[in-house]
Amino acid sequence: MYETNYHRAGSVAEAAEKMAGADDGKFLGGGQTLLPTMKQRLAAPSDLIDVTKIAEMKGICADGDGVSIGAATTHAEVAGSDLVKQTLPGLASLAGGIGDPAVRHMGTIGGSIANNDPAADYPAALVALGATVITSKRELAAEDFFTGMFETALEDDEVVVSVKFPGAAASAYAKYPNPASRYAMAGVFVAKGKDGGVKVAVTGAGQDGVFRMSAMETALAGNFSPDAVAGIAPNADDLLSDLHGSAAYRANLVTVMAKRAIAAAG
Amino acid sequence: MAVEGIGARALRKEDKRFITGKGRYTDDMTMPGMGFAAFVRSPHAHAKVTGIDASAALAMPGVDAVLTGDQLIGDGIGNLICGWMIHSKDGSPMKMGGWRALEPEIVRHVGQAVAVVVADTQAQARDAADAVVVDYEELPAVIDPLAALEPGAPQLHPEAEGNLIYDWEIGDEAATNAAFEKAAHVTRMEIHNNRLVPNAMEPRAALAGYDAAEEHYTLYTTSQNPHVARLVLSAFYNVAPEHKLRVIAPDVGGGFGSKIYIYPEEMVCLWASKRVGRPVKWVSDRTEAFLTDAHGRDHRSEAELALDADNRILGFRVKTVANLGAYMSLFSSSVPTYLYATLLSGQYDIPAIHANVKTVYTNTTPVDAYRGAGRPEATYLLERVMETAAREVGLSPAEFRRKNFIRTFPHQTPVIMCYDAGNYDATLDAALKAADYDGFAARKAEAASRGKLRGIGLSCYIEACGIAPSAAVGSLGAGVGLWESAEVRVNPVGTIEVLTGSHSHGQGHETTFAQLISERFGLDTDAVSIVHGDTDKVQFGMGTYGSRSGAVGMSAIVKALDKVEAKAKKIAAHLMEAAEGDIQIEGGELKVAGTDKKLSFTEVALAAYTAHNLPEGMEPGLKEGAFYDPTNFTFPAGTYVCEVEVDPDTGKTEVVSFVAADDFGNIINPMIVEGQVHGGITQGIGQALLENASYDENGQLLTASYMDYCMPRADDVPSYQLSTHVTECPGNPLGMKGCGEAGAIGSPPAVINAITDAIGNNGLSMPASPEKVWALCQAGMRQAAE
Amino acid sequence: MSKVSMVLNGKTVSADVEDRTLLVSFIRETRGLTGTHVGCDTSQCGACVVHVDGKAVKSCTMLAAQADGCDVVTLEGIGSADSLHPVQAAFREHHGLQCGFCTPGMIMTAVDMINRHGAGNLDEATIRHELEGNICRCTGYHNIVKAIKAASDQMAGMAQAAE
Repeated sequence: MYETNYHRAGSVAEAAEKMAGADDGKFLGGGQTLLPTMKQRLAAPSDLIDVTKIAEMKGICADGDGVSIGAATTHAEVAGSDLVKQTLPGLASLAGGIGDPAVRHMGTIGGSIANNDPAADYPAALVALGATVITSKRELAAEDFFTGMFETALEDDEVVVSVKFPGAAASAYAKYPNPASRYAMAGVFVAKGKDGGVKVAVTGAGQDGVFRMSAMETALAGNFSPDAVAGIAPNADDLLSDLHGSAAYRANLVTVMAKRAIAAAG
Repeated sequence: MAVEGIGARALRKEDKRFITGKGRYTDDMTMPGMGFAAFVRSPHAHAKVTGIDASAALAMPGVDAVLTGDQLIGDGIGNLICGWMIHSKDGSPMKMGGWRALEPEIVRHVGQAVAVVVADTQAQARDAADAVVVDYEELPAVIDPLAALEPGAPQLHPEAEGNLIYDWEIGDEAATNAAFEKAAHVTRMEIHNNRLVPNAMEPRAALAGYDAAEEHYTLYTTSQNPHVARLVLSAFYNVAPEHKLRVIAPDVGGGFGSKIYIYPEEMVCLWASKRVGRPVKWVSDRTEAFLTDAHGRDHRSEAELALDADNRILGFRVKTVANLGAYMSLFSSSVPTYLYATLLSGQYDIPAIHANVKTVYTNTTPVDAYRGAGRPEATYLLERVMETAAREVGLSPAEFRRKNFIRTFPHQTPVIMCYDAGNYDATLDAALKAADYDGFAARKAEAASRGKLRGIGLSCYIEACGIAPSAAVGSLGAGVGLWESAEVRVNPVGTIEVLTGSHSHGQGHETTFAQLISERFGLDTDAVSIVHGDTDKVQFGMGTYGSRSGAVGMSAIVKALDKVEAKAKKIAAHLMEAAEGDIQIEGGELKVAGTDKKLSFTEVALAAYTAHNLPEGMEPGLKEGAFYDPTNFTFPAGTYVCEVEVDPDTGKTEVVSFVAADDFGNIINPMIVEGQVHGGITQGIGQALLENASYDENGQLLTASYMDYCMPRADDVPSYQLSTHVTECPGNPLGMKGCGEAGAIGSPPAVINAITDAIGNNGLSMPASPEKVWALCQAGMRQAAE
Repeated sequence: MSKVSMVLNGKTVSADVEDRTLLVSFIRETRGLTGTHVGCDTSQCGACVVHVDGKAVKSCTMLAAQADGCDVVTLEGIGSADSLHPVQAAFREHHGLQCGFCTPGMIMTAVDMINRHGAGNLDEATIRHELEGNICRCTGYHNIVKAIKAASDQMAGMAQAAE
C-alpha cells in the first residue's frame, strides 16, 4: 500500500469538508474492497475519509411501509435486522450472503453501492426494489445511481448517506458464486411490489453492471412462478465472459437463478 | 501426559504453542538492525533486459541498496541447479538452461526477479522496488507445452534446442507393441493433468544475517529440508562454506513440496545481508507465491490399454509431455520420470508397459514436486483408463480391477518397481462396503427424483514412498543419497532428546517420534523432545518429502534406539550383576528377568554419566547416532470411492460421500495419519473440481490470487469415511509405508470417474468446473433429444 | 503518522504509526504479537482474523487507525497454555490443526461463530458455511469442523452447568 492520510469524519458535513481539502481523496466505508485494492497498489488515494463513525449514516429504521438503512450500516447488521427480515426478507438474505462473516462485520451498504462492482450483490436489490439513494447532496433513484461497471452518479465530494427501500409483497435473491472469489457470477433479485408489479434485477453477469430483465418481469406479471421465466435468458452478447464462465454460461445461470429466486419468494 | 507408544492416538505435543499463538515461523523472527527486501519482477513472460535504472529508488527514504544480477554474478554466486540427472533415450544428458537468482539478460517468466531493494521497512522497500525502472525488449513467448515442441516455437534456452529438455523412455517398447497387436480390445484416451499451485498457507520467507567478524551466515527460512538447503547454497551457489552457514527452518506453515527447493529469493537475502551489511528479511506475498513457488503437475498424455478377450490387461502404452516451466527446479527432472512412469503398473498385473516422456521449457513458472509428485499423474492416467475400459467392455469397474489385481508378492513390474507387500482385494472390499456400493442404484434413483445426477467412481491407487535406497536413486541420476539420520541423546536424568534430519511442517513429528521412545523405554512422552530443523543442532539430514519421515526418518531413530537400548542394558546388567540377556525394559525400568531386581531408566542414565561404575572399557555417556538407508521403496495402496451429485442446471458438482480404504502398513498414531489423509483427499478434490493455474497466451498468470485460483474451502468438501488395512512393509524395522501423499494421489480419478458416471459423458478434464460439466450435460440433453 | 490507541488483549496500548499501517502489522510488528498471521493479499484466507469490539474481522483489511479507540482481541488474548479457551482445547483434542498457520484465524472465527449462533446451536453444514472466509491447506477441514462442533456443544454444557 502506498502512503495515505487517514481522517475520521464525525458528520456528513465534516466528511465533505475533509474531502474538499484532499488532493485525491476517497471515502472509506468498511474498506473491504478499497483496502485490498490499495494493498495491491491498484489505488493510491492521498487521503481516506472514514465515514463509518458518522451517527446520521448508521442504523436501520422503518420508513413508511419500507426501511431506511444508513450507508455505514454493515452487511451483518442488515442481515441480522428483524425489521429487514420481516419487511424485505430477500434483502436480509442477500446481505447475509455477501463475502464471509468477517467481511460482513466490516463492509457497509454505502461502500458497496458506491463502488458498484459488477459482481457485488447490493445493486441488484436496490434496482429490483426500486430503492432511493440519499446522498450528501440529493436523492437518486437506484437505476439512475448505477451508471456502469464501477461507476455511479456520485460526484467526487458526494457521499451516500442512506438508502431507502420501499416495502414489497415478496422479495428474494439467488446467486451463483464464483467458485474462487465467491462474488456473484450471476445474482438475481426478484421483487414483487405491493402494487403487484414485478422487477427482476441481475448482478454479476452484465458488462455494464446491474441490469433489469424486462422480459422476465412481463412474464412474471401474469404468472409469478419459476416456469414463467424458464425459457427467458439475457442476450449473451451483453454479458461478462472470463475464465470462470463464458457469457453463454452466465446467461444460463441468470435463468436458473431467477427461477430459484422466484421459488424462494413464493 | 502418559506413556503413549505405537498405535496410540496421542494428542500432539506441538499443539499448545500453535493454539495459543506461540508458534515461531520465519516471519516471526527478528534480528537487530534488520532491513527488508523487495524484489523487482518481470511483468513479461519473455523479454530482454536492456537497462535497469535504480537512481530514483536509491534516492527514496530508507533505501540501502538496489542489487542486480550483474553484481550477483560478479560476486561469484552460482546458478540455480536441478539435482537429478536424466538421460534421454539416445543417451544424451538432459539440457539444463542457466538460471540466475537475479536475471541480468533475459527473463523467461512473469514474476522472475531482476533486482532486489533493501530498505529500513517493508513498505519502503516495496515503494522503492516500484521506482526501479527496468527496460525490456519483449520476445515472443510460448506457454503451451505442445506448442513449445513445434518447429519455429520461441526458443527459451540456447542449451535446449526446440525447448526439449529430454526425451526419455521406460519399459519394453517392442513387447508392449506386440501386446497391442494381439489385443481383443484397446482403450485409448487423451488425458491432461492440470497445473496446480501448492499454496502452503504460510508464504515463503527468509531472514538472513551475516557476521563479518566470524564470516558466518545465519538463515531462517521456510524449508522442508534445511540441510539440503545448506548443502546446495554452499556447494553449488558458493554463498559460504557449510561450516560458515547455519540454516534454520523453524515452525513452517505447510510445504507440500513447494518448500523443498532452493529459490532465488532466499539465496539473494543471504548474499544481500553481507553486501548491505545488515540482516535482510523477505516475506513473500500471496501473489509472489503464485508467480514464483514451483507449480505442480501439468502433463499432457496419450494412453492406450490393451486387453485380451477375457478382459485381462496385456499392455499399457503412454506418451507424456511434461511442462517444466522456464527453468529446471531442484528435483523437477525426476518427477515426470522416476516418480511417475515407474508407477504406471498401478495395482495390476500388466505384462508389458512402455512410456515415453518428453519434458519441455515454456515461459511459465518452474514446475516441480507437489504433494504426490508424479504419482498423482500416473494414478489419474491409469485409473481413468481403467474405469473407461471397464465401461467399454461392460464390466463393473470394481470387478474389472479385481480381475487384474496383483496377488503374489514380491511382484516385479515392467517399470523398475518391485512391490514388496500388499492386499489390494482387502482395501477394495473395505471401500466398497463402506461406500455401500451395492446400494448405489437406489441412491441414484432418489437423486434423480430431485433433479440431480448421481454418480460413483473408483480409484485403486498405488504409490512409492520412503524415498529411497541411495544406491538405487544414485544409479537413476539423483545427486544426493536419500537416507536419513538420527541421534538419541539420553540426558543424565533420563530425559531424552532425539535429533532428526526429518523436518516437521505440520506432520506432527514431535508427537509420533516421541511415541517411538515411549514405546521402547516405557517413558512418558513428556520426557522426550524432538529436535529438528537446525543445521547447528542436527548434523545432517535429508528432510521431509515423499512421505519419507516415517519409513526412513523413524527407521533411523529405531536404529539409534537399538544402540541406546543395548548400551543401557549392558550398564544395567553390570550394576545389577546380571547377565545382559536377562535385562528387560518395561515401564521405564530395567529389570532382571525372574527376579525383583530393577533400576529405573533414570538411574541407568545417571550411571552412564557419572561413570563411577561402568563395565570394563565402556565409554561414559548414553548417546547414539544412526544413519538409515532404505532397502526399497515402500508401496502404500488403497481404494477410494467417491460419490457425487451434479446439478445439471448449473453444472455444480457436490461430493456427497468420499470413502478411503488405505494400506499404510503399521501406523504409529492413527489420529495423525487420518489427518494426513483428510488433507490429501481435499487437495485431490481441489485438483479434480476447483484448482487450475491458468495462463493467457502472453504468459500472464490469470489465477494469481485467491480471487481467481480456487482453493478448496470447508463447504466444498464433505466429512470423510476412512479405514485402514495393514500389510506390514517388510523393508523397514517398523513395517511402515507412509501416508502423507496418498490422499492427493488417489482421489482425483475417483472424483472424475464419479462425475463422468453421473453425466454419462467421459470427455471431461480437470478441473471439472461447473461450466465444463454444464456444457457436457447440455450436449447430453441435445443428443438425447435428437 | 498518527497516534493510534486501542485496548489490545485487555491492555491499553498506543503507538505512532504510518496511516497506511494495517491492523495486522500493528499487532505483529508494533506490538510483537505474532500469533496473528498473514496468508494472502486479498482478504480471503482468514489467517489474520481477530476480534474488534467483539466481532471477527480480517486484520489485514483494516487500518490500525480504523481500530483507534477499539477493543481488540487476538488469539493470545483468549486463553493461554495453562488456561485454554474451550475452542483452543477442542482444536487440540480433535486434531484440528497441522502446520498451525491458519489456526489463529480458524480459532478466532470459531469463537465468533459460537458467540453469534449461541453455544450448542451449530451443525456441520452451518460450520462449513461459516468457514467460507478461512482457508486451510493441511486438514481438509474435517477435524476443524469436528473441533468447532465439539467446542460449541461443550460450551453449551458449561453454560447450562453455570445456571
